[in-house]
Amino acid sequence: MATWLLRRLFQAVLVILAMTVLVFIGVNVIGNPVDIMISPDATQEMRQRAIEALGFDQPLWRQYLTFLGNALTGDIGNSYVFNQPALDVILQRLPATLELALSALLLSVVIGLPLGLLAGLHPDHPASRTIMAGSIFGFSLPSFWVGLMLIMTFSVYLGWLPSIGRGQTVSVLGVEWSFLTLDGLKHLALPALNLALYQISMVLRLTRAGVRETLHQDFIKFAHAKGLRPRRIIFVHVLKNILIPIVTVVGLGFGHTVAFSVVTETVFAWPGMGKLIIDAINVLDRPIIVAYLMMIVVLFVVINLLVDLAYTLLDPRIRLETQE
Amino acid sequence: MSELARPAPPVREREPSLLRLFVADFMRSRLAALGLVVFSLIILATIFAPLLAPQDPYDLMQLNILDGRLPPGSTSFDGSMTYVLGTDDQGRDMFSGILYGLRTSLIVGVGSAILAAVIGTVLGLVAAYVGGRLETFVMRLVDLQLSFPTILTALMILAVLGKSVFNVVLALVIVEWATYARTARAAALVERRRDYIVAAETLAVPSWRILLRHLLPNCMPALIVVGTIQIASAIALEATLSFLGIGVPITEPSLGLLIANGYKYMLAGDYWVSVYPGVALLVVIVSINLVGDHLRDILNPKNKS
Repeated sequence: MATWLLRRLFQAVLVILAMTVLVFIGVNVIGNPVDIMISPDATQEMRQRAIEALGFDQPLWRQYLTFLGNALTGDIGNSYVFNQPALDVILQRLPATLELALSALLLSVVIGLPLGLLAGLHPDHPASRTIMAGSIFGFSLPSFWVGLMLIMTFSVYLGWLPSIGRGQTVSVLGVEWSFLTLDGLKHLALPALNLALYQISMVLRLTRAGVRETLHQDFIKFAHAKGLRPRRIIFVHVLKNILIPIVTVVGLGFGHTVAFSVVTETVFAWPGMGKLIIDAINVLDRPIIVAYLMMIVVLFVVINLLVDLAYTLLDPRIRLETQE
Repeated sequence: MSELARPAPPVREREPSLLRLFVADFMRSRLAALGLVVFSLIILATIFAPLLAPQDPYDLMQLNILDGRLPPGSTSFDGSMTYVLGTDDQGRDMFSGILYGLRTSLIVGVGSAILAAVIGTVLGLVAAYVGGRLETFVMRLVDLQLSFPTILTALMILAVLGKSVFNVVLALVIVEWATYARTARAAALVERRRDYIVAAETLAVPSWRILLRHLLPNCMPALIVVGTIQIASAIALEATLSFLGIGVPITEPSLGLLIANGYKYMLAGDYWVSVYPGVALLVVIVSINLVGDHLRDILNPKNKS
């Protein structure tokens, strides 16, 4: 187990390092940072001095090492637009994104699990067929499109919910949160639902498949034979057994949701990291781009590591395999 | 004694009937058949877009700014044509714009899906056939690729390389090859233990020939199913990227860009600029998915019983 963990950690570090190289090369070699950093009106002498001051005259590998060293201490440079450290700008936007992503995950379980249970217990019922057909849409429709339709329906025509922004926020521990005010909740509803749709379909399908598989197992038949109440069988014995894959998918879904919040935040003008990176790409705010990419890579590597770890802890079969 | 009593030679009937069986099987689902018909019509419409479109949406000479944001069914300012689906802010006929937008969307989506299929399938088959270090390496890459959400990988590539049709195709290929590789490898691993492969190896048939003539055709059903769904997801991803403004450039607007363009007018109630390209996108994606979903059902031996 310890060697496995070490090897896995080593791999994770390798992936992150590889990504820093790719991002560094991408940003510094393919695009020319000198042209962006230095005013086109500058004289040749000023230009030269600026290049030396910024270290662009150094060989590439040394520039990379400097970049890496600075990145390790959290210094990725100042945003051109905000004129603040890029990492700070991103971290300021982080709570909004987290709030949105976690609300979406919550919705996906609250909506997906009961619907999946229903579809699994009564597979031939018309309602189940409708649910399953609907889940195909959840998978295949681009989420920005669904978001637009939500805005059109609930904001433009019905006028029930606001379409953009975070609404009123409350400061808790120095961080602004929307979900604590009624206005904020109203603003949160549509984007969270939009972001959740994919996960809802995912949880729903997994639950249905799990229920249908588990219902035919011997221990369920035994439970029936023993005279347990159907409700207890479903909610204790079936649910417990299908929960492992669902928990993993929801866990993995967190990363997915954070990534796709880029789309939802742009549609609903939600002031999170996702909207920030799209704006940064459009105005070529390179430090922000680099900081975002590095942060998201680290986030994903950590999530994957945790999921692998959770797998080995939850499922003895995998634990045995890795020990071999 | 008579000729009637003699049974027909069985071999001759077999081959055409297999295809016919498949077609009959496919047509059994009306929804899937409908999806196929709709998608074929869309392909025809994009090929003949210059003939079908009442206006060349890229020719600024044909646009009249006085016709800007007219609702569907309006007549143009000079009375020469009717805008069936309305116009955008520059007086561009939405119907023509959508036809040309479909063109970009389909070329980018289908093109990148085919490229990704070729690269992914070759890597997957070779990995399964050769095995060893190469297989481990390719499959680690696949795992790594699949552990990142599609939108994120595409975003990274386009953030670094900038936006152009080529870069979008590149991003889509990088995002999608892994799915094909995984499918191809899984199918090939099952096939390569079969007797006919062993027989071919015993006969010293060259490896490339075994891969291409024996392994590949037998992995095709799985790959076709994945390919159909992947085309739809490539189109959807392209639309998403273009909607975000990091996809295709404004000179070659795809459906996603048309939708983004109309977004700001939607809040003002002028729904058609955004909604009709959206409907076109919806129809494309749903029709492909109907076909793919049904193909999966009939090509999966588990469901044959």
